[in-house]
Amino acid sequence: MNEITSAIQLIPLQHYIILSVTLFSIGMMGVLFRRNIIAILMCLELMFNSANLLLAAFSAYHSDPSGQVFVFFIMIVAAAEVAVGLSIVVMMKRNVESVDINLLNRLKW
Amino acid sequence: MVEQIPNINLAWLVPAFPLLGFLVTGLANRKLKHNQAGIIASAMVLLSFLVSVVLFFILRASGQNEATVTLFNWISISGMNIPFALLIDHLSLTMMLIVTGVGALIHIYSIGYMHDDERVNSFFAQMNLFTFSMLLLVMGANYLVLFIGWEGVGLCSYLLIGFWFKNPEYNYAARKAFVMNRIGDLGFILGIILLFFTFKTVTFSEIFVQASGFQVGAPVITLITILLLVGAVGKSAQIPLFTWLPDAMAGPTPVSALIHAATMVTAGIYMIARSSILYNLAPLTLNIIIVIGLATAIIAALIGLKQNDIKKVLAYSTVSQLGYMFLALGLGAYSAGVFHVTTHSFFKALLFLGAGSVIHAMGGEQDIRKMGGLRKKMPLTYFTFLAATLAISGIPPFSGFFSKDLILSKAFEHSIILYILALGGALITCFYMFRLLYLVFFGEQRLAGAHPHEAPKVMTIPLIILSVLSVFGGFLNIPSLFNGDSEFITFLQTAVVSKASEELSHSTEIGLILGSLLLLGLVIFLAYRTFVSKSIIPAKDGEPMPFFSKLIANRFYIDEMYTTVFEKPFGYLSDFFYNKVENSLLDPVVDEIGFTTSRVGTLLRKLQQGNMSFYLFAMVAGILLFIIFILIV
Repeated sequence: MNEITSAIQLIPLQHYIILSVTLFSIGMMGVLFRRNIIAILMCLELMFNSANLLLAAFSAYHSDPSGQVFVFFIMIVAAAEVAVGLSIVVMMKRNVESVDINLLNRLKW
Repeated sequence: MVEQIPNINLAWLVPAFPLLGFLVTGLANRKLKHNQAGIIASAMVLLSFLVSVVLFFILRASGQNEATVTLFNWISISGMNIPFALLIDHLSLTMMLIVTGVGALIHIYSIGYMHDDERVNSFFAQMNLFTFSMLLLVMGANYLVLFIGWEGVGLCSYLLIGFWFKNPEYNYAARKAFVMNRIGDLGFILGIILLFFTFKTVTFSEIFVQASGFQVGAPVITLITILLLVGAVGKSAQIPLFTWLPDAMAGPTPVSALIHAATMVTAGIYMIARSSILYNLAPLTLNIIIVIGLATAIIAALIGLKQNDIKKVLAYSTVSQLGYMFLALGLGAYSAGVFHVTTHSFFKALLFLGAGSVIHAMGGEQDIRKMGGLRKKMPLTYFTFLAATLAISGIPPFSGFFSKDLILSKAFEHSIILYILALGGALITCFYMFRLLYLVFFGEQRLAGAHPHEAPKVMTIPLIILSVLSVFGGFLNIPSLFNGDSEFITFLQTAVVSKASEELSHSTEIGLILGSLLLLGLVIFLAYRTFVSKSIIPAKDGEPMPFFSKLIANRFYIDEMYTTVFEKPFGYLSDFFYNKVENSLLDPVVDEIGFTTSRVGTLLRKLQQGNMSFYLFAMVAGILLFIIFILIV
């Protein structure tokens, strides 16, 4: 455990933060500008995991393992969420023969 | 602490029976066959009457003068505790016996009278509701319970005046009665509020105990009594609020008999008699009552002289008799007033029921100019009507003689002018009653094609019972002059505190009675000569008349005056507010608010198109704004 922690601490904290912010921004831009629902889901995962990365990094620097435990929980919940999201995609594909989210405005009716 | 009288709790049954009757006949309105509602309703009132009689004997056997039956705690907030309680004492027992006794007879009579009406079931439901409210009114042990009954009878009066609601004029009469009563009720409720502020309670017994701490003529007591008087004036149709009662004759005749003669209109007198302790502390109010009562008695009697509608004559006579009761109250002779209420309820109910019988026989005709000669066709109605006429005119030994003579002698004790005026009113009463009797029952039949016939038994039996009461009702209170011991007055004395007054000497009294009898005889003879020997029929509508007759025939233009002074300006004001304020000011503003909202909505609608990317963008923008906000602040 200590070896991993010290390995993580080899890289300065700022680098983790910059990486996370970059990943998060990429994810956010993807969510905002992509129209393919699968791409949007992937971008969501990206945002998730940027947060996870940051949690792991901070946890190492604080020598507090609960942050890393938390990451595991998030990954499990994210897996469940992806299952739901993908099944929505499948249903959408079956119903409207497309994965373009702009077609979802039909749900309004 | 007064010990509980056994079985006095039966009292709740008295109002419960009519309420049950109302619920049954009211809810099963469509299910009940003809006549069933009438029989149920009459039976309920009769049962109430029997319970009242039982209560009377229970109270007498217990040797106590009053009992309070608390049904439940009605309002209980800090500092304010109002139980829903019934008070059984000699005054309320008297009123209960009148309401249920006369009420039962009128209910039975109505079975025959309303037989052919299509809404007969509703009629009986409303009559029972009325009886229930009236019983609450007279049995309530505090002003608030009294007030429920007070409003209840007002409502029933409105419903029953407008019973034949297909006629717009009847509806107008019903509304008029309601509005006029409302004016009085406003005074009444203000009086109750002031009572509560002054005494911190509305229960009769507690108020009357505390009242002894006030001086005679204390301003707050005077104000309370005047406010209560306003209520009584409205309900008991005194000047200036009396014009609704003659119009109230639009209702079916049994309604006029029960509500607008025997019971409801006497509620004001009951209320003042009940508050006698307060009124004794307010000599100013008593003087106002004397003026109101006497003015009403005389003016209504004068108007009665020239009325040609059989029910209108009786209505004005009711107003006039109520004036006498007020006179008695004003003189501090409350028990004399209540005694006149009692005898009046007998003979006036009888007069109205007799009039109903006549109207029934004449096929709905109410104009006495078209009647005549009914004496031979309807002997039973004639004799009962005659008994009631003699009673109301104050001919001994009929009941009206005793009660009216009592009031007149009290007036004489007060001042001779009062006596002369009151006697004048009594003579006018005698004249118009005999005018009515002669025009209806004597002479030749004037309406061609009518075949008058005696009413069925269900209608005549109540007439007979009431006529017995009208003839002998006066013996309840035989004055000492005739070796009696004024039983009725003594009976009431425990509940009503009349002002002490020295008795007139017997020789003075005999003189007064003989004098008034002589005048009455003269008046009857005059009426006989005018309407039977010379057989003068009152002029048709629109024929020219001498000034004074015209004034009287047009009811002193009081209705017209109210129209000009109150109704018209109110109408103009309403028009102004409707046209100028509502239509040109308020409406456009309200409309503009609506239109603007709708326009903004049309704009915002464009955002809600189901465009997911836009929603996501809005969400992210929102979060960003939120974060920025947090960082800055």
